[in-house]
Amino acid sequence: MRNITSTIVVGAGTFITLLLAAFAQDSAFQIHMSIIALTLGLATIILLRRVGFTPAEPVDPTGYMDDPIRVGAILTMFWGVIGFTQGVVIASQLAWPEFMWEPWFSFGRMRPLHTSAVIFAFGGTALITTSMYVVQRTCRARLFGGGLAWFVMWGYQFFILLAATGYLLGITQSREYAEPEWYVDIWLTIVWVAYLVMFMGTLFKRKEPHIYVANWFYLAFIITIAMLHVVNNLAWPVSFLGSKSYSLFAGVQDALTQWWYGHNAVGFFLTAGFLGMMYYFMPKQAQRPVYSYRLSIIHFWSLIFLYIWAGPHHLLYTALPDWAQTLGMAFSIMLWMPSWGGMINGLMTLSGAWDKMRTDPIIRMMVIAVAFYGMSTFEGPVMAIKAVNGLSHYTDWTIGHVHSGALGWVGMITFGALYYMVPRLWNREGLYSMRMVNWHFWLATLGIVVYAAVMWVSGITQGLMWREYDAQGFLVYSFAETVAAMKPYYILRMIGGLLYLIGGCIMAYNIWMTILGKSRNERPIPGSASANIQPAE
Amino acid sequence: MDYGIFREFADSWGLLYLVIVWLGVLFSLFLPGAKKRAIDAAGIPLRDETLLDEDNKNE
Repeated sequence: MRNITSTIVVGAGTFITLLLAAFAQDSAFQIHMSIIALTLGLATIILLRRVGFTPAEPVDPTGYMDDPIRVGAILTMFWGVIGFTQGVVIASQLAWPEFMWEPWFSFGRMRPLHTSAVIFAFGGTALITTSMYVVQRTCRARLFGGGLAWFVMWGYQFFILLAATGYLLGITQSREYAEPEWYVDIWLTIVWVAYLVMFMGTLFKRKEPHIYVANWFYLAFIITIAMLHVVNNLAWPVSFLGSKSYSLFAGVQDALTQWWYGHNAVGFFLTAGFLGMMYYFMPKQAQRPVYSYRLSIIHFWSLIFLYIWAGPHHLLYTALPDWAQTLGMAFSIMLWMPSWGGMINGLMTLSGAWDKMRTDPIIRMMVIAVAFYGMSTFEGPVMAIKAVNGLSHYTDWTIGHVHSGALGWVGMITFGALYYMVPRLWNREGLYSMRMVNWHFWLATLGIVVYAAVMWVSGITQGLMWREYDAQGFLVYSFAETVAAMKPYYILRMIGGLLYLIGGCIMAYNIWMTILGKSRNERPIPGSASANIQPAE
Repeated sequence: MDYGIFREFADSWGLLYLVIVWLGVLFSLFLPGAKKRAIDAAGIPLRDETLLDEDNKNE
């Protein structure tokens, strides 16, 4: 029997959300619930057509549960292109305000749509997908819980749909990187607990005695995000059939909770999880073990113990107590050591095989990712120093820093992982085109360099203009003058993002063709073996 | 338990606990045999293509 339980559950969900829409207290909640009911209704129809009473199909002969991973790989690619497009759109809105179609597509609604699309839709799906891939292969065990993996994958996509439609409707609790309202937060909590059960269950039934370090990073990511998500979203809804809620925290406590969450979302979502990727996919692609396994253990424990304290550096020179500000700054500076330990560990994995940098564009992608990890974890502590922060805070410098980490580290390591996984997941000889990977690499790198450099110039210009006093002690520039000075940089930033987006589109085409089983007739990359990727064994 | 007590516990025993755990991890990496175990563990991803025994396949 197939799909019976899931059909019943999704069907019941359709009915319940329809009722919620009918009794909604505000129109935003009503529209939101109607969208959900419609989606669930469509899902019910699709599931009904797939109900079967024959025995389940034989499982994958390799023993690994790879179907949710295949879906996840395609979704990662899809959300990547969507999220980068969003970025180019809002960058254009800043340069040319005519691009704002209010109220639904105003910058205020589109910006969280972009941040959530790239962090949670692209990054989150990439993390869930690769963690399923890595945990099975390093534990030599099939995913725990049978259909649980499917629930995690589709449940998470459903969360993304709820969040994205909510933003455009103006439903937001206005917490950075945690904009979805209370009912969406509850749904994510359910999905996340299922994810934890699936991951821990797989670890428990492992056949490999040692838990490989990549799984430690993934597990730290899952557990910490659960804790951060629950505490940051403690709120009381105004009505149980309405979209509005109020945080349980107030004032500076609320601000600190938000940035404790916000910075650790960077630390455990965008760093720890993706380090799990680095520690598995880099050794695999280079076909040599990680440079120092013991260094990776030091990297892990130091990162875990230090990161959680760094949040207050987002609130320097605010009402936050001075000791807390100094604490945040000190821990941010200490984070330098584990971050660079990890970067060196990743790069030195290639020692003795540096020629692969020249011949293998996928390795090059991973190396540039780790290099950007090093650069942005260098820049971050510098910006957390109070004196530097006095200049950099609230300026575009911060935006540039975030993007060198997000485009450079998170994006590039994910591209590398996708290029590694896809031919193996679909049993292809290799990628459709290695030359396209090379094009993607250069477009993306150029895009990041343009973006980061432009944001440095614009951020420092902005910071200096804001603090410029004349001899009488008056501010030299009005705020509008600083905005006008930004215009050329905003256009250049859009161009940097566009280059990155074009690279992403090339990847999507390349991977799609690989899935279809095609191979591009092209000159091999000089120095490489004619087939760069060995077929999956 | 008010803020003051909580805070005093956190920056004395709590801090000491975390530091001891961290030093313990570092210490364990230099015990005899740790290097061999680490080299062995580092090889896990490189020998993972073959899987699983029969009881896993039948699930």
